[in-house]
Amino acid sequence: MSTELNLTLQIWRQDGPHDDGHFETYSAAGISEDMSFLEMLDIVNEGLIQDGKVPIEFDHDCREGICGTCSLMINGQAHGQEKATTTCQLHMRKFNDGETIVVEPFRARAFPVVRDLVVDRSAFDRIIEAGGYISVNTGAASDANLTPVPKEASDTSFDAAACIGCGACVAACPNSAAQLFTSAKLGHLNLIPQGQSQRFERTESMVETMESFFGSCTNHGECHEACPKEISLDFIAFMNRDYVKAKVKNRKLAGQT
Amino acid sequence: MTVLDSKIPEGPIGEKWENHKFSVKLVNPNNKRRFEIIVIGTGLAGASAAASLSELGYRVKVFTFHDSPRRAHSIAAQGGINAAKNYTNDGDSVHRLFYDTVKGGDYRSREANVHRLAEVSVNIIDQAAAQGVPFAREYGGLLDNRSFGGAQVSRTFYARGQTGQQLLLGAYQALAKQIAAGSVELHTRTELLDVVLKDGRACGVVTRDLVSGEVRSHSSHAVVLATGGYGNVYYLSTNAMACNVTAAWRAHRKGAFFANACYTQIHPTCIPASDEFQSKLTLMSESLRNDGRIWVPEAFDEARPPDQIPESDRDYYLERKYPAFGNLVPRDVASRNSKTVVDQGKGVGPIKNGVYLDFSAVLERDGEDDVRSKYGNLFDMYERITGENPYKVPMRIYPATHYTMGGVWVDYNLMTTIPGCYAIGEANFSDHGANRLGASALMQGLADGYFVLPYTIGDDLAGRLGEAPVSTDDPVFVEAEAAVKSQVDRFLSIGGTRSVDWFHRELGKIVWDYIGMERTKEGLEKALSEIPALEEEFWKDLRLPGSAATLNSGLEKAGRVADFFELAKLMARDALDREESCGGHFRAEHQTEEGEAKRDDENFAHVAAWEWNGSGSVQTRHKEELTFENVALTQRSYK
Repeated sequence: MSTELNLTLQIWRQDGPHDDGHFETYSAAGISEDMSFLEMLDIVNEGLIQDGKVPIEFDHDCREGICGTCSLMINGQAHGQEKATTTCQLHMRKFNDGETIVVEPFRARAFPVVRDLVVDRSAFDRIIEAGGYISVNTGAASDANLTPVPKEASDTSFDAAACIGCGACVAACPNSAAQLFTSAKLGHLNLIPQGQSQRFERTESMVETMESFFGSCTNHGECHEACPKEISLDFIAFMNRDYVKAKVKNRKLAGQT
Repeated sequence: MTVLDSKIPEGPIGEKWENHKFSVKLVNPNNKRRFEIIVIGTGLAGASAAASLSELGYRVKVFTFHDSPRRAHSIAAQGGINAAKNYTNDGDSVHRLFYDTVKGGDYRSREANVHRLAEVSVNIIDQAAAQGVPFAREYGGLLDNRSFGGAQVSRTFYARGQTGQQLLLGAYQALAKQIAAGSVELHTRTELLDVVLKDGRACGVVTRDLVSGEVRSHSSHAVVLATGGYGNVYYLSTNAMACNVTAAWRAHRKGAFFANACYTQIHPTCIPASDEFQSKLTLMSESLRNDGRIWVPEAFDEARPPDQIPESDRDYYLERKYPAFGNLVPRDVASRNSKTVVDQGKGVGPIKNGVYLDFSAVLERDGEDDVRSKYGNLFDMYERITGENPYKVPMRIYPATHYTMGGVWVDYNLMTTIPGCYAIGEANFSDHGANRLGASALMQGLADGYFVLPYTIGDDLAGRLGEAPVSTDDPVFVEAEAAVKSQVDRFLSIGGTRSVDWFHRELGKIVWDYIGMERTKEGLEKALSEIPALEEEFWKDLRLPGSAATLNSGLEKAGRVADFFELAKLMARDALDREESCGGHFRAEHQTEEGEAKRDDENFAHVAAWEWNGSGSVQTRHKEELTFENVALTQRSYK
């Protein structure tokens, strides 16, 4: 049988966005090392329900690292200490018996706490609505192979498109900046031919919407370290260049290079 | 006598959709803004439908229980999306995709729907590529294809192992564009708890705001359910934790027939559960079976680690039983055989609940680098979850519920038996028959949302110009809201001893044991006695701390599990009445001498659509006869 762990948890509890919130201490005994971090929390909740207490709320859904719903600061790190791993894919064998684990919500002014460990990340949706799309109505597309996309550009665009929108980049940033998230979407769309006609309008609008919610980037690189999909910092540089271009470019004369 | 009118258009199969598009009534572009449409769900089907309908001019309200429309479980699809583009020049065509899908569905789907699906499949790829979906490309910059199970041509478009994610982001972005334009109203963290009817027509929905607990009515001219499948009735499945049947089921309770509930798909290559508290199962791409060899030890009490078990003490049971296809037999055959050996007590792993998928032969033949380039990400994922290195130790796999072909009955217009209420994507029953082929789920969700519903919804709306939506003060809404609130209060006031998860887990065990990979008359009857007993217990002994006025995920789950209980009973009845084996429905009494599924085309070439008769009474089974004019019915054999 697998090894069992006995852990102490310090978990942030907060009734709502306007409540002060506080840490509570729980013990998690007999945790199998094969469990995921969220399954460990399931067990803690099961125990709370047995004791007639209100269980801990946390966001999660697919539990296979792709939907971007799960979050959590685990011992001060977004999604915990494992590189390229979301909280739902973090397993208990990465912890030691007897350890105390501190669990907090993602912290950023633009991500207000909804309850306990659940935060509101809808500011990300506002950034996408500001231009994170290519305007092609259903039915208006030409044959897919009429627009070849150079493989290298397509691959780089894909590296950016792999972002799952979890918000770990913001939570890890000392300034709560959303540059990595925003630049990932801009990198996805601005690098391919289909995205060119709205490129500068998109960049300007998304960057300015981002700035209305989030802090500024001061090149710490913590976002990349925390990113479960390892989105490259290069996309931030690319976004900054496109933003400058967007500000100086006369878009009426876009055909002139 | 049937009460079901499938509205399949006249004409040869290749002309039905064309004819239908011409004969359906249209709503004048300027009049579309006078109609309000509610879309429930923002997965591939819901997001694509909401975006497309609003582009046409309809006023759309869209609801998701997630915090963002981008989270729906369509996102987890790995493999790809089929389309009859024939870019590879290998003889593919609309007709071939149609034929493969009908055959793959074991001849239990509607020919006309499947043909339409194959026709619009090509438009989906064009639309997605124009949206910037990063499909795999060749060095020349054109789209790449690969082959997939159940087909002899390469017609699957893919985006690394994240095709679902990238297609969903495409649809989500199209939706974001319409939200920004002010023509779609988005409601997040809001769950549908009832469909409301006035004079027999759908006139809106009642929702609960999951953060504030507010119960509210929304009225409209049409309601579209795009709420996915019901695989979580098994508790353990590859579905996301929150996937549920609630929207579909509550529509069923209001008069929408529920079809073919027993058609569920089990995927053979998932990581086995590690213990009782496992919350979900993770799928490993089926492509692994191309190079992995499946085996179990010959001995029941084998205690040696796999690398010390000599060849002579191993049973490569698929290669032994199916020499022609070996480890590449279809999903259902592979799954059933795994169950057989595990049930015999030959299972492997700490709790003997898996079989080995062994890569040592290919590692020896092609080397670790080659294997890493093909399967590296899957091997990494396996190691992250199990802590075992599959380059050194064989993987352990076991089947898990993956997709549900059954769902809300719809006609050719995708309308349910409630006028004005539609079901699209996995939530409906229509296109996959008794078994879905790989890379076809994404195709169907997007076909329905982008290219079918936007055409067909006008047929019903056109005649209703000038009709105002029913006021949310109308007694039909007031009563529905009161019923929703009273159910919420009832959950909170039971004050029993057991959690929702406990009941869900126990229900899942019954459903898995008796309505899983292999069904028997005896087992199904047992399910029909055990499920109601557990359900009764649920309503007596549920313990649900917390309040209805805040975020309370236990409360959300309670409503979903209550619906799963009712659904599970219908699945058992549907499986019991279907005295044949077909696709994902395997009745042990009906198999060939070789142990394969044995259909009964004479008596069961029909859709079973069940009509709700109120709590406490059994649903009425209606039949929609299926006619096959273009595909000859044959028996599958993989020997």
